[in-house]
Amino acid sequence: MVTEPVLSLRGISKRYGPLQVLNNVSLDVYAGEVVALLGENGAGKSTLSGIIAGSRAPSEGTMTWLGQPYAPATPREAIDKGVVLIHQELQLLPELSIAENVFIGRWPMKNGVIDRGEMVRRAQEQLSRLNLHIPATRKVAGLSTANQQLIEIAKALALDAKLLILDEPTAALGGAETEALFNQVRKLRSEGVGIIYISHRMEEIKQITDRVVVLRDGVRVQEFADSATPVRTIVESMVGRPLERMFPPLPEPSGRPVLQVSGLTSPARSFRDVSFEVQSGEILGIAGLVGAGRTELVRAISGADPISAGTIKLNGEELKLRSPADAIAKGIVMVPEDRKDQGIVVTHRISENVVYPNLDMFGRRWITSGMKRTFAEQAISKFGVKGRAEQYASDLSGGNQQKVVIAKWLMRDPKVVILDEPTRGIDVGARAGIYDIIVNLARKGVAVIVVSSDLEEVLGVSNRILVLAQGKQAGILTREEANDVSVMELATI
Amino acid sequence: MVAIDITEQSRPSGVWLRRLAGATGPLLGLLALCVFLSFSTDAFLSLRNGLNILDQITVLGIMAVGMTFVILIGGIDLSVGSVLALSMMVMGWTANVAGMPLGVGIGFALIASAVSGLIVGLLVTIFRVPAFIATLAMMSAARGVANMITDGQQIVGFPDWFMMLAIDRHFGILTATVFLMLIVVLIAWLFLKFRAEGRMLYAVGGNPEVARLAGINVQLVTISVYVVSAVLAGLAGIVLAARLDSVQPSSGFGYELDTIAAVVIGGTSLSGGAGGIGGTLIGVLIIGVLRNGLNLLNVSPFLQQVIIGIVIVLAVGAETIRRRRT
Repeated sequence: MVTEPVLSLRGISKRYGPLQVLNNVSLDVYAGEVVALLGENGAGKSTLSGIIAGSRAPSEGTMTWLGQPYAPATPREAIDKGVVLIHQELQLLPELSIAENVFIGRWPMKNGVIDRGEMVRRAQEQLSRLNLHIPATRKVAGLSTANQQLIEIAKALALDAKLLILDEPTAALGGAETEALFNQVRKLRSEGVGIIYISHRMEEIKQITDRVVVLRDGVRVQEFADSATPVRTIVESMVGRPLERMFPPLPEPSGRPVLQVSGLTSPARSFRDVSFEVQSGEILGIAGLVGAGRTELVRAISGADPISAGTIKLNGEELKLRSPADAIAKGIVMVPEDRKDQGIVVTHRISENVVYPNLDMFGRRWITSGMKRTFAEQAISKFGVKGRAEQYASDLSGGNQQKVVIAKWLMRDPKVVILDEPTRGIDVGARAGIYDIIVNLARKGVAVIVVSSDLEEVLGVSNRILVLAQGKQAGILTREEANDVSVMELATI
Repeated sequence: MVAIDITEQSRPSGVWLRRLAGATGPLLGLLALCVFLSFSTDAFLSLRNGLNILDQITVLGIMAVGMTFVILIGGIDLSVGSVLALSMMVMGWTANVAGMPLGVGIGFALIASAVSGLIVGLLVTIFRVPAFIATLAMMSAARGVANMITDGQQIVGFPDWFMMLAIDRHFGILTATVFLMLIVVLIAWLFLKFRAEGRMLYAVGGNPEVARLAGINVQLVTISVYVVSAVLAGLAGIVLAARLDSVQPSSGFGYELDTIAAVVIGGTSLSGGAGGIGGTLIGVLIIGVLRNGLNLLNVSPFLQQVIIGIVIVLAVGAETIRRRRT
């Protein structure tokens, strides 16, 4: 490791009007190291990475890049110097080839026209540097998320990046894909690339990063250079208070089966011959790698996708579900994995979002906005949503949006509640609130299914865990049998 | 651990077929249509009829090139029919009322078109008016100005050489207007495929934020595209004037919909970022061949409209299904 940092931040502050987002933050990044930037949502991580990558200007403070003063006015200027931010949402053009995505905006030219041969050759070079054996002429559409992530990195490498900022790179990846990404990150580190790594997943931070820098309310509160620092200590430093408990104690299931699934198979065989039951008051976790068929399975149970074989019984009665409306009418509701696309209309008010699935409860009356507000206020007050019914959903934090998505279903007294990735993109402090809601559902006698890629979450919140591996049921573990090793063993069969 | 799949291959279908930028479906449709018409009519399969079809599609073809650019960046241009009429009236007025040479009239016509496009481009970028609304407004305004120039009257009688542009077949094959269309199509194809500026349209249409972060001037690209679309609509107006040997302010009514139909049938995605000129040329030919063939089969013009509607749905539906499978 060289002694001079590639990037130095000194006294960086950022204000939006009266709002102080960053306050006197200093940070050094050296070549060939991975620095984790940690903090709850709103702690200032994205503002800070935006300042480094040139999409925002600091109100105060200075930056030094390779010994020179550094104040990029645009992302392009930062990129030209070798500082590349890879956003959480992938920034690829699906209809264009990999090569063209890698060189977008800076096509290699010859005689005034694009030199396609050169473009493909150089793109392929970067792909093989990442150990990615895909023809660079292939369209991006249809590639797995993991590979698209790697193509984003190839794009940064083609720009000769010396500092990479990775913002939640594994948010959409499963265990094996994450591992493959980490191998590439380690390789880049050994080639001397400096990396700032932003993530919510503590497990990953421990695995991949050399140093952890914690931001809270815009202030750099602590740095942990020792890889032996317990996760708990780091999380406490993030939230600024001792964590009493992340997961509430689970209630004892009643022993009365509510949902019985047997031999369930999808037409595309994304899951096959899955059988299980969930009791009233029980939380069943579903674990597995990406592509194991978890989401497909719960979509089928909630009537969103068809099945080709098997039965679903609710309280002993066999159900023929043709649509989500059928399932909802029977009392099976789902909180989907993609909150913004499937769970909530962010441009509408909270009251409207809560009312949409419950329009039938208003009977044949004309619906006034007052009625919507009263109805929604009832729903959200039960869940401690920080917000008023007439606020727009886009004004809420991820955690509060998720509470609205859950709240809108609970006015109907559902018998089965399915939550797909309930805390994705929600910061650690707000997660505990979601877990409380999940456990309270079980306490009220609801049969709950929780699907999650976060192993700690599945282990913490489930009475039993169903593990899927490539669409097959690998096993069901009781709370006593389940730990991260036993679940991963089944998941990677 | 399960190994990550790092060897995702291209789909195994023919490479040369895919080179046609997603236009294979429409191309097969066009070929099937030609085969059907060759067997069901005597007159369809002849050089003369083929050249007729080319003459009939020149106006649509030139406008469709501009519309392809607009739709590629994720926009829409409803004003092209009205801009075409405006261009015709400016040319006619300059030449026959103000008495200047026709060449000057053509120049003014193209300038008037460019100004319309510039206004639309500025509305869409600086004032953030949705393209649908901005071009809807221009559709109304340009038509109004076209009518104001002669108070709704037509202008007839241009020099003989002008009319001959659309009649005289050089080397016994191509009229100057058809030649002009082919040149426009060829330049547009080369531009989109090989010039950096052309690829920028795909980036802007695919994701404007990605384009901006890649250092592309999204506003400039957008304004330029609307100017080019309007100028090509104006050029199409001059071609139409040559074909009719007259100009009238009601010309080009509803052309914007034919143009959009041709582009969409050709496989360019209305959401932007995918498609190309090759597909548009095929889309234009499908509409041209269909009209020509249905006339030869003595199908009533009203039924023809119904059939073209069905073709649009079939083309877009087939494309959607094809995409879903990949």
